[in-house]
Amino acid sequence: MSFLFTVSPDFTPDHLSGWYIFNTWLQKQTGEPIHLEMYNDFTAQREAIAQNKVNLIYANPYDAAMLVREKGFLPLVKPVGVSDEAIIAVGAANPVDDVAELTPGVKLAFTDDPDVKMMGMIMLEPGDLDAKNMQSLSCDTYVQVAKHLLRGDADVGIFLAEAYDDLSEMIKKQLKILVRSQISVIHHSLMIGPGLLDKREQFQQCLTGMASDEKGAGVLESLGFTSWEKVDDEEMEFMIDLMDTLSV
Amino acid sequence: MINDMKPEDIVGEFKEAALNLFGGMQRKVLYTEIETPYPDGKLIVSTTDPNGVITHVNQSFIEMSGYTEAELIGAPHSILRHPDMPSAAFKDLWDTVKRGEKWQGFVKNLRKDGGYYWVKATVIPNIRKGVVVGYTSVRRKPSRTKVEECRKLYPTLF
Ligand SMILES: Cc1cc2nc3c(=O)[nH]c(=O)nc-3n(C[C@H](O)[C@H](O)[C@H](O)COP(=O)(O)O)c2cc1C
Repeated sequence: MSFLFTVSPDFTPDHLSGWYIFNTWLQKQTGEPIHLEMYNDFTAQREAIAQNKVNLIYANPYDAAMLVREKGFLPLVKPVGVSDEAIIAVGAANPVDDVAELTPGVKLAFTDDPDVKMMGMIMLEPGDLDAKNMQSLSCDTYVQVAKHLLRGDADVGIFLAEAYDDLSEMIKKQLKILVRSQISVIHHSLMIGPGLLDKREQFQQCLTGMASDEKGAGVLESLGFTSWEKVDDEEMEFMIDLMDTLSV
Repeated sequence: MINDMKPEDIVGEFKEAALNLFGGMQRKVLYTEIETPYPDGKLIVSTTDPNGVITHVNQSFIEMSGYTEAELIGAPHSILRHPDMPSAAFKDLWDTVKRGEKWQGFVKNLRKDGGYYWVKATVIPNIRKGVVVGYTSVRRKPSRTKVEECRKLYPTLF
């Protein structure tokens, strides 16, 4: 029997192999058998969580709340200097320069990334826009969100800031940012749950030392991170409270 | 832990009002008609103890209120109380969070320099091991339509 590790389906596809390398490193360091399972979408992953199959997860802030409150997960670490931010963008030729100039009925493109969508909807509120007075266009990837804006199928798009910044220069030239969030306290976290909780300290020690380990540093690089830092219970509780206040 | 406002801190022409705050506190406030727009993309966050005394503020809170972190921590949250805000709004806030529910509303806040800023605020109880240890409030940018509605409504609630 091995433990099951999974990653929030909103990770950048460039880092897919990085997570497999990370899992191999983690098994070696902890001596625990861990199987990495990548789910294609949030629905499939939540199903696995509901069935108590998951023991370790790199979770988005939205799911973190449910994992702590309903499934007894606890935080381990977060990547240093990486926070979740969202961007509202329109096509470069769009005369609108401010969210307040958008009008009800506009067509909104977004992905099913829950925290990014939530942050994006909050940034649209100052324009009196909400799910009820916009048309929605659900996309699988942020590249698709960009394409809809370029083609004019959508008027406005919500992006994970990191994903927007990673778009090609050619695409970015044809887009215009209306708002970029600067929240800085909302972040993904690596979390530990049922079956592995008694190993929490061991895992935490291993992960916080990862950057100073020669092999570990290379593995981190393949994930696009520089190092992990500890997340204590109160920091996680605070982020959950914050997500709670934002979800209404 | 709450002082009268001082004329030397105020920017622009101001009026004066006396506020009766919770616990029998009185405060002289000086206020102007200068609005500071809510910054795009930011959230203003603070946490209080169960009595509404500030225990944590983020950088955006400090910048928008005009106070230093040291002046804010330990002060009652009514340090931002604007004379144009009806006390019924805050009674509703406290009644709601004391029931363990979330409160949401539009608030006009007073800056240290006498100016003001509008926010859409959500307040929730922070529950740790079943006990309310404090409250957190997160403010976001309000829509102008909502602000205009409140600007008309609030004077009728006095
Ligand atoms: C978490 C939290 C945040 C609050 N934020 C504000 C605020 O931004 N502005 C404000 O005037 N009152 C705020 N209040 C309400 C004050 O505690 C206080 O009730 C209000 O200023 C009215 O003053 P009074 O209760 O002394 O009459 C907040 C309360 C809590 C619990």
